[in-house]
Amino acid sequence: MAARKAAEKPNVSGEDLQRYYREMLLVRRFEEKAGQLYGMGLIGGFCHLYIGQEAVVVGLAAAARDDDKQITSYRDHGHMLVAGMDPKGVMAELTGRKDGYSRGKGGSMHMFSHEKHFYGGHGIVGAQVPLGAGLAFADRYLGNDRVTFTYFGDGAANQGQVYETYNMARLWNLPVVFVIENNQYAMGTSTKRSTRSPSLWERGAAYGIKGEMVDGMDVLAVKAAGEKAVAACRAGDGPYILEMMTYRYRGHSMSDPAKYRSREEVQKMREERDPIDRVRELLVTGNHASDDDLKAIDKEIKAIVSEAADFARESPEPDAAELWTDVYA
Amino acid sequence: MATEILMPALSPTMEEGTLAKWLVKEGDSIESGQIIAEIETDKATMEFEAVDEGVVAKLLVAEGTEGVKVNTPIAVLADEGESPEDAASAARAPEADKADAGAEAAPKPQAEGATEAPAPARSESASDQAPVAAVATDWPDDTPTRSLTVREALREAMAEEMRRDDTVCLMGEEVGEYEGAYKISQGLLDEFGARRVVDTPITEMGFTGIAVGAAWGGLRPVVEFMTFNFSMQAMDQIVNSAAKTLYMSGGQVPCPIVFRGPNGAAARVAAQHSQCYAAWYSHVPGLKVVMPYTAADAKGLLKSAIRDQNPVVFLENEILYGRSFDVPEIDDYTVPIGKARLARKGDDVTIVSFGIGMTYAMEAADRLADDGIEAEVIDLRTIRPMDTDAILASVLKTNRLVTVEEGFPQNSVGNHITAVVMERAFDYLDAPVINLCGKDVPMPYAANLEKLALVTTDEVVEAVRKVTYR
Repeated sequence: MAARKAAEKPNVSGEDLQRYYREMLLVRRFEEKAGQLYGMGLIGGFCHLYIGQEAVVVGLAAAARDDDKQITSYRDHGHMLVAGMDPKGVMAELTGRKDGYSRGKGGSMHMFSHEKHFYGGHGIVGAQVPLGAGLAFADRYLGNDRVTFTYFGDGAANQGQVYETYNMARLWNLPVVFVIENNQYAMGTSTKRSTRSPSLWERGAAYGIKGEMVDGMDVLAVKAAGEKAVAACRAGDGPYILEMMTYRYRGHSMSDPAKYRSREEVQKMREERDPIDRVRELLVTGNHASDDDLKAIDKEIKAIVSEAADFARESPEPDAAELWTDVYA
Repeated sequence: MATEILMPALSPTMEEGTLAKWLVKEGDSIESGQIIAEIETDKATMEFEAVDEGVVAKLLVAEGTEGVKVNTPIAVLADEGESPEDAASAARAPEADKADAGAEAAPKPQAEGATEAPAPARSESASDQAPVAAVATDWPDDTPTRSLTVREALREAMAEEMRRDDTVCLMGEEVGEYEGAYKISQGLLDEFGARRVVDTPITEMGFTGIAVGAAWGGLRPVVEFMTFNFSMQAMDQIVNSAAKTLYMSGGQVPCPIVFRGPNGAAARVAAQHSQCYAAWYSHVPGLKVVMPYTAADAKGLLKSAIRDQNPVVFLENEILYGRSFDVPEIDDYTVPIGKARLARKGDDVTIVSFGIGMTYAMEAADRLADDGIEAEVIDLRTIRPMDTDAILASVLKTNRLVTVEEGFPQNSVGNHITAVVMERAFDYLDAPVINLCGKDVPMPYAANLEKLALVTTDEVVEAVRKVTYR
């Protein structure tokens, strides 16, 4: 609850707030555009949008260092944008084009950037959890103090390999922050229908791992919790679990009619808990930004996104020869 | 009535061992459960407990004796009321006419004599020496060699690579303090410490995922599966994470990692511990799959695998671990991945095999030569990428092909080879290709059934006769 208070009386500069606002808005507008392009048939396959969950990646990025690593599942566009990957390259990957981050061979679910320390983009629920611990294993082995953020959802939290990983991560004190993005639905199965555990983060206690539940709709609460987790990991007392209570507004993927929850539930969330609205309010009430300032930011973000979309439509498809490259190093 | 104490089998594949130490002497009374001797197998020194009670009438095998065959009498117990002398002579009598190598060596007190004696008697005697050496092309003829077991060769390969490159580390169950379930990593923890030789809990999927992540993060992990049967728990990480990420990342994220361990049937370990994964893993683009037969190849290929930028599945065999082969005395000896070895030259038929299948291929080739059929034997060594050119070159000459492996028959490695030969050398074939495999059943436990389930030398001979119409 300390984190909640911080949000009420934010000890944060206007500049930082503006940055969080900008980043969250970028993710949201980007995802809306991706949804649109999907509807136009320009994006194929599976496409999992991050709308509603923006405060999680933005708040944690604010707690992280530039050289920290990240890995997540297939709901990954937001993570990539906030890691600093170019929206044009991300969107061009979504359209399966030559200029995409994976040269069109990965798609929505599989993108990587060595430069930005982003390690995917993984399609098998839960598989990224040991992989993320492995990235942290390498850092501990090499003797640096980098931290790996390993994201997974409430659905993945029931995979056995998560607990195999908890066990070893604590055994070896790996510098990894396990971020459970609990958006309350594993595809169509609510957490109530998949477990009797009152919370997911507490399962770490069985392995001696500290953690906490965080209001994942509040970017400042996320940041505060992230800082605590990062400090523990850098001090050699990793890992740390953060269960982010969040919500996705859209379906599981573009083809999900979301019949498993009511329209009212979603609407209520949007109206009362929206992470972007919350920061906008802080900016205005704290006199950190005028309406005109906010309008200018909106316009700027819109321009970035529409430029990315244009780029992604114009970029050519990969050469046929690309089929055979990158199978072996 | 005297009771004989026999040399025990202390592992599924043990055929002989060293009687390292007697903990009792003649005249001692022993109880059941008492530790009476220390016996060294090829993997470890084991304590040997008495089953029967009695007085030790005679120690038949001196301590320090090597190469004592399983089931050789090593001591005689006098039963209650029996004089030790009677017991000793009673036990001796039937022994005299057996004169088998192990028993022969046994009564001699000097360990030296016995060191020379260990009767090889196993399949490598004829097959691995003359013909292989004559056509081995991996090193110049005048290179000095030394005899190493496959186990020692694998250990040397890992140790040399770990000395060369600090990012090479070994992970797996029992690899450190226990020194490896099959003693492949013996001594590595001592030399390299716990940072680099990492004991994991029993958690294949988890530690395999961690190792793959560590490879992306800049390390070169060697993951030991206690047996490849357990790798099925981790297959998603091997196939979906290790093999595909380079492609999915547009070439950005290579995964330099080796997955190694014993593969295929050992001896009497039944269905869940006897499977061959050569065909399974070789199905997957992005993986390399290596399956050496000789110690030289085990060493040279494992070093290459550790240096490779790609994930390499390295399939070993428990029965081969204890076999000795010549290994060249060449500094930093490596064998390229993807190159087959011409193990034996011949004009009449091509036999392609790999791993332990080579044992049957070579034995069959020797027997066939006695009847005037000269088989060319190709040791594939790497299953993926496959050296199909070597196979085709040989088939163009012999016009006949038999493949030999221990895996299941449907979608076998041999099936793939057959398809390649059909497509590229159909007109050169004078007979249908025969794929010899393990039988299409889960591995049975019973000794006779297990033998029937595995491919045999007889089957290879018969197949060659079929394709050569002789």
